[in-house]
Amino acid sequence: MSSLSITERLEILADAAKYDASCASSGTDKRHSRDGKGIGSTQGSGICHAYAPDGRCISLLKILLTNHCIFDCHYCVNRKSSNVRRAKFTPEEVVDLTLSFYRRNYIEGLFLSSGIIKSSDHTMEQMTEVARSLREDHGFRGYIHLKTIPEADQDLIARAGRWADRVSINVELPTEKGLAELAPDKNGTRIENAIAHIGNVITEAKDARKRFRHAPRFAPGGQSTQMIVGADAANDSQIIGRAGLLYSRYSLRRVYYSAFSPISEASAVLPLKRPPLIREHRLYQSDWLVRFYGFSVTDVQNATDATGMLPLDIDPKLAWALRYRDSFPVDINAAPKDMLLRVPGLGTKAVGAILQARRHHRLRLDDLSRLTRSIAKIRPFVITANWKPTLLTDRIDLKKRLTPQSVQTELFT
Amino acid sequence: MTPEEPRHDRLHTVTITCPDDPQEWRDKARRLAAAEIPPGMIRWTETDETATDLFGTYCETTDIPPARRTVRASRAFLHLAGSVLLHRDRARFPALYRLLWRLQGAPHLMENRGDPDVHRLMIMAGQVRRDIHKMRAFVRFRHIGTPDGEERYIAWFEPDHHIVRANSSFFINRFASQNWSILTPDLCLHWNGTELSETAGARKSDAPAEDATEELWQRYYASIFNPARLKISMMVREMPRRYWKNLPEARLIPELIAGAQAREAAMVETGADPFPGPPPETLQEIAAGIATCRACPIGCNGTAAVAGQGPEKARLLIVDEQPGEAELSQGSPQTGHAAQIRSRLFPHSRITYAIKHFKFTQNGNFRLPKPADARETDICRRWLNAERRIIRPDIILALGPRAGRAILGRTPSLERERGQFIPLPDGSRLILTAHPASFNALSPESRQKAEEKLQNDLDLIPQDCLQPAPEPGLSAE
Repeated sequence: MSSLSITERLEILADAAKYDASCASSGTDKRHSRDGKGIGSTQGSGICHAYAPDGRCISLLKILLTNHCIFDCHYCVNRKSSNVRRAKFTPEEVVDLTLSFYRRNYIEGLFLSSGIIKSSDHTMEQMTEVARSLREDHGFRGYIHLKTIPEADQDLIARAGRWADRVSINVELPTEKGLAELAPDKNGTRIENAIAHIGNVITEAKDARKRFRHAPRFAPGGQSTQMIVGADAANDSQIIGRAGLLYSRYSLRRVYYSAFSPISEASAVLPLKRPPLIREHRLYQSDWLVRFYGFSVTDVQNATDATGMLPLDIDPKLAWALRYRDSFPVDINAAPKDMLLRVPGLGTKAVGAILQARRHHRLRLDDLSRLTRSIAKIRPFVITANWKPTLLTDRIDLKKRLTPQSVQTELFT
Repeated sequence: MTPEEPRHDRLHTVTITCPDDPQEWRDKARRLAAAEIPPGMIRWTETDETATDLFGTYCETTDIPPARRTVRASRAFLHLAGSVLLHRDRARFPALYRLLWRLQGAPHLMENRGDPDVHRLMIMAGQVRRDIHKMRAFVRFRHIGTPDGEERYIAWFEPDHHIVRANSSFFINRFASQNWSILTPDLCLHWNGTELSETAGARKSDAPAEDATEELWQRYYASIFNPARLKISMMVREMPRRYWKNLPEARLIPELIAGAQAREAAMVETGADPFPGPPPETLQEIAAGIATCRACPIGCNGTAAVAGQGPEKARLLIVDEQPGEAELSQGSPQTGHAAQIRSRLFPHSRITYAIKHFKFTQNGNFRLPKPADARETDICRRWLNAERRIIRPDIILALGPRAGRAILGRTPSLERERGQFIPLPDGSRLILTAHPASFNALSPESRQKAEEKLQNDLDLIPQDCLQPAPEPGLSAE
């Protein structure tokens, strides 16, 4: 292990971390180091310092402390029985690496995860030590996201939250059955209990801070989780339902979806073909509908087809609108906000602008075209001062007319 | 007409001397609007272009006529103007002035985002905000140390708009404890730990050419990229090409994209199903199949495969890890630990192997058995699964964790899972126990304990496994 240089180990441990989707550095407290002590700052919104050719942003130094693991989860490249090269960082090395990247403005902070070595508690201690050292020894005020280990002692997890901006535990798979098949060492109940525990501690810490100014902070960026899509048989409807439960029960900030991608050293029980990337995208769109557009989980589930899958060629909002055509057209100048939000092609910003503008004059189609990206997509579903769709919503070929025509052929199948 | 009357028919030239200072434009615009100078009568210029007015149709207005009204501007307008004024497009001055002019008659104009003037300025403000954000994201400091011990972080950046000064507090808030300079073509900022100073624009060659840490960062960038998902358009949208020349990691992009397809293909290749055809349905097919199986390195090592032995309708299936030298020479399981258990206790049972070939390391003239790894075990499961479907035993006895993996598809914990029946999806039950070969290395006391445990596990096997199955099939081999 020690024969590997820091560069080689960084390659191994970053490579192993890339299956964690979250790279968010937003939603935490505002901090700065104007006083010249320590280093770093956070604002409300995160900063993406680079983008990789996979389209994902690079905001944090996302690495594993080690990819040695005593677990044997089939979908994971680091599982015990995999033949990948193994490497390990010491907490000091991670601290140095984070600081030297941060000082050059490469990153917003650190995302630290780990394979499980010796025991869950031991691993959790090492990870917490990284966060503590960054905060206490170096006055680091950037962003820290710790992936916590559900099997670890709850006090250890609570300590991690003192230093981290966000903590997360992966539920891994949408169904209990999938978890039992693909992650035999993990226990769904245990994972949910740990998520619930963290949720409680976050709420308590927030309450305490309302009353006592110096009450310790706990993960001000909240907690998130991640599900792998396409490794087991769960359909979109089940996934959306599970995410809905997680949001409502544990007040999670985010549920991330990670399309299962073929990993090197794949285990024999996994599907070999990855799910289409667009499926992950459609799930994120449905997630947005629930979080920002006032759709209920059931609404989104109603947009799925007979097999419980969201259509891949059109977005879930359009799919819902095509199924519930009798709710349209919507009068832009009179409809309430929640109906405007259901119009395919109208985003939250556009709806805000419409509400503001229509107070002063009746909106026409050309007004609307300046407030939105694509008027063609919206037109069949709205009434404006100078436009009324003539039975367009009744046309059988409406879906075809709205589906993007030039679909790129799948390159890598 | 009295001499004080302002002359609205005259063209006014107004020069903005400091392009990123919103206050200067606001002062001048307020006085012009107060004097009711209409938008069409003003020519806005910046300092560097006054000399190029070839026709001299405009003359610099130093004396703006006195105010004739009070000018009102909403907070929303000032907020918008604050961003738009940092834009590089010269059209920003007349566009903003026209909106200010119209605002005097229509105080709620700002709320109509569909208005063409408001819409256009909103877009410009968005471009400025984006540029501010991109500067925060894409500035890359290079570290230099001077001989006298001073350290400094220096960056070269080329912004689209006049945003450098607007971003200074961001960099001070973040990097107050280190000395840094940000060099741009128009303006350079320098922080010495306590205060900010400015110098005129610089050239790219003024910044250090390299930093050793950049290579580490490039390696990180290349490793965090997932070649199985290529979304170049998304990357280019958020990290436009014009920024690439100053980003150390962007140099890798062409080769990463070019290598991605090959890398994914290689990944799928290593994980691909080595057996394209349907699984075998008779014991003869299995025996023939394993003899020629080259799906993993063990199959390719030149050893002969050893098929299972025993009745086709056995109630008990004993799964050993892999054949040894003796089995190889005889071509059937006859002398090993499993065979001993069988001949001693369960004569009507069937023996088979999790791994059909012999994995070994060469040690002089000897071939020492070597345990198969998980991947090899998983590949070989195809043959064992087919055998299980044909035999349909009531009980499977797995000797050692690798045999356990071959049945379960995961590596079991021997200590936790032995001494009980583990139900299997096909209705049969698994008993997991240690492999007797593992006792050789133990001390006499431990060995005795291990043997007792093995015996306890064997005692679990129901009595009816001692009898032949009700309709005894013929032995396949």
